[in-house]
Amino acid sequence: MTAATTVRIQREGFDAAAEAARLTRGRTDIGALVTFTGICRGAEAGEPIEALTLEHYPGMAEAEIERHVAEAVARWPLMGVTVIHRYGRIAPGEDIMMVAAASSHREAAFSAAEFLMDYLKTRAPFWKQVEKAGATDWVEAKAADDSAAERWVRPAGRDAAE
Amino acid sequence: MSITLRYFAWVRERIGKPDEVVDVPPGIGTVGELMTWLASRGEEYAHAFENPKIIRAAIDRTHVKAHTPIGTAREIAFFPPMTGG
Repeated sequence: MTAATTVRIQREGFDAAAEAARLTRGRTDIGALVTFTGICRGAEAGEPIEALTLEHYPGMAEAEIERHVAEAVARWPLMGVTVIHRYGRIAPGEDIMMVAAASSHREAAFSAAEFLMDYLKTRAPFWKQVEKAGATDWVEAKAADDSAAERWVRPAGRDAAE
Repeated sequence: MSITLRYFAWVRERIGKPDEVVDVPPGIGTVGELMTWLASRGEEYAHAFENPKIIRAAIDRTHVKAHTPIGTAREIAFFPPMTGG
């Protein structure tokens, strides 16, 4: 099965609904489409946020996401995958990134979307800086994100049996 | 051996530049040894690498560990744990 894959790293905004619709348009073999959109919140722990600024490692960000999309396509019977991640300054209410996974059935689409999100959080070279009341702080990585990514690691040597 | 180093997020801010080309002295074999050497290059480097256990590294745009040999790397990047998504 050949999956239609799209990976884009961009400064400008995107239309998550249009991107998701593009995966299924004109096809009747897709029975499940899972989309996740990460959105900039307007407050964190009760404190208002003015904006997020995302720094990234150009070249590596694309390569790392493409590696994980290829792994998802190898692991689940997917018909399409789209990952879009923005960088630069993002205001509350704006979309930061999206993942969409299309398959015949929901299990593969849900699993692939979750796998990609968990890996993006811990392996894709992006760093968030938060602006609050004129001051800026780098967002600290969460240990919970590391453990979420670890659950997808398969025991060595089991690949051939699955 | 001349290598391009790239720094991101607060590692970049602490060192005060996004990239530089350095001549790595002989005897430095791994990414971890490179961090120890960099930390000795001045106050700003010492600050950036004060807790080397949390610093992540990539060689030629692929994640590596501190014990990874530098080998024939052209570009080595250092950065904090990632917070995208």
